Amino acid sequence: MTADEIRRATVRLSHEIVEKQAGTEGLALVGIQRRGVPLAHRIAAAIAEHERTDVPVGALDITFYRDDLSLVAQQPVVKGTDLAFDLNGLTVVLVDDVLYTGRTIRAAMDALVDFGRPQAIRLAVLVDRGHRELPIRADHVGKNVPTSREEIVHVHLAEVDGEDGVDIDRISAAVGAAG
Amino acid sequence: MTVVRDVVADPPIPAVPSVDDAPETQKIGWPHRHLLDLDVVTWPEIELVMRTADAMREVLARPIPKVPALRGRSVTILFYEASTRTRVSFEVAAKNLSADVVNIAVSSSSVAKGESLVDTVRTVEALGADVLVIRHSVSGAPALAAETFGGSVVNAGDGWHAHPTQALLDLYTMRQRLPGGSVAGRKVAILGDVLHSRVARSNLWSLTAAGADVWLCGPATLLRGFERWASVGAAGRRFHVTSSVDEAVRDADVVMALRIQRERMASGLLPSLREYAARFGLTAERLSLARPDAIVLHPGPMNEGVEISPDVAVGAHSVITDQVANGVAIRMALLYLMASAGARRAG
Repeated sequence: MTADEIRRATVRLSHEIVEKQAGTEGLALVGIQRRGVPLAHRIAAAIAEHERTDVPVGALDITFYRDDLSLVAQQPVVKGTDLAFDLNGLTVVLVDDVLYTGRTIRAAMDALVDFGRPQAIRLAVLVDRGHRELPIRADHVGKNVPTSREEIVHVHLAEVDGEDGVDIDRISAAVGAAG
Repeated sequence: MTVVRDVVADPPIPAVPSVDDAPETQKIGWPHRHLLDLDVVTWPEIELVMRTADAMREVLARPIPKVPALRGRSVTILFYEASTRTRVSFEVAAKNLSADVVNIAVSSSSVAKGESLVDTVRTVEALGADVLVIRHSVSGAPALAAETFGGSVVNAGDGWHAHPTQALLDLYTMRQRLPGGSVAGRKVAILGDVLHSRVARSNLWSLTAAGADVWLCGPATLLRGFERWASVGAAGRRFHVTSSVDEAVRDADVVMALRIQRERMASGLLPSLREYAARFGLTAERLSLARPDAIVLHPGPMNEGVEISPDVAVGAHSVITDQVANGVAIRMALLYLMASAGARRAG
């Protein structure tokens, strides 16, 4: 995906999210660390532009909820959770860059319900690359990208990586670069 | 106690990398299976503990201050010495991470029947402990336990030797309170019964690694061995020894009072507690020599009116209750880092 494609997908996600909620009332966006957080802010900015309303945006770090601590090659560095609003009764849209096995989303839902009882939890992702290992699907998808398990999907966002873009590497060429 | 003196007098003093050119810490992992003291813990690793503790403080501020990170792990707390805050702090920390916690009260265990430390450690391991948190009156006891134990050992204070989690929570509290969030270049005065203090010894490692200007102060009889340690010097470490309270406290950014450890005190070291309090106690008058925004720490429990006057202990400069609260976050961070290091080994 190019920077333009990411921008258009983000704007479309913002419209879909508002359409599904039939407005912005009771809506909140929660980005999953790390690249879900800038994505959530971009979607919120797009909503602010076409709906003239600011929706609350939070950040969720799921490090302490992972079920694969021993599989993470490098020590996961905790980036922090920031949920400065009350989740009770809200429709919370989780935002992440890539949906793959679904384990991150499982952990994110566990983390989220520790903060309160949302009316509903939805999921928006920039890229769905398939290969789910849990019964989880995204409500809003920027782009479906068929991949094999031997590939790694890299999402670059200007806020984190200095530029926008999505590319796919073979695992052998990308060992150590996985995020 | 000759063993203790050997440990204290001639520690290897590694050079410290300058705080300024600390490497990119994002990729630093926690490599240590055990935590016995801070001498082998590098500055980037200490910073990793500090950052992880930041995340733990966020967890502690949640409506439900509990995460499942250590679900299914067993933490055994084995204390051969009396303790309130350290023992409870470890227990709360482990429970906040969803670990299973076993507390062994030595007075009502088989230790009272004469079971040796090594046998107790073997028993605890056979009962499924992954992490052993141990406090013992003999220096080196946790190191002995680590030789036997198959999991991770955390030293919660051994004799005169080390109390690494206390030093880390002290550093964390200082960084939290000092403008700029750094102790580099700050004057830290550690005042009191230095000789018997494992807290002072562990703090020496972490504070000098952090670039602080550390002043140890107490009666000459309670500074034995430290003059030599200070005179050896090491690249990048600033460390002074004095018996003048005024010299130590003047312009200090941090003043840490240490408890007079009567239970470890051989006779003849101090003429009397009253004289000690008069000459070395941290009073408001002495504290006025420090910087106006100086902070006061004490590892607890306090002998109020001896090493610290009651008005200073609860005064505006005191961060003693912050130390206790931060202790839980620091211990959560360490248990989490050590468990994930252990998971990597197993996996």
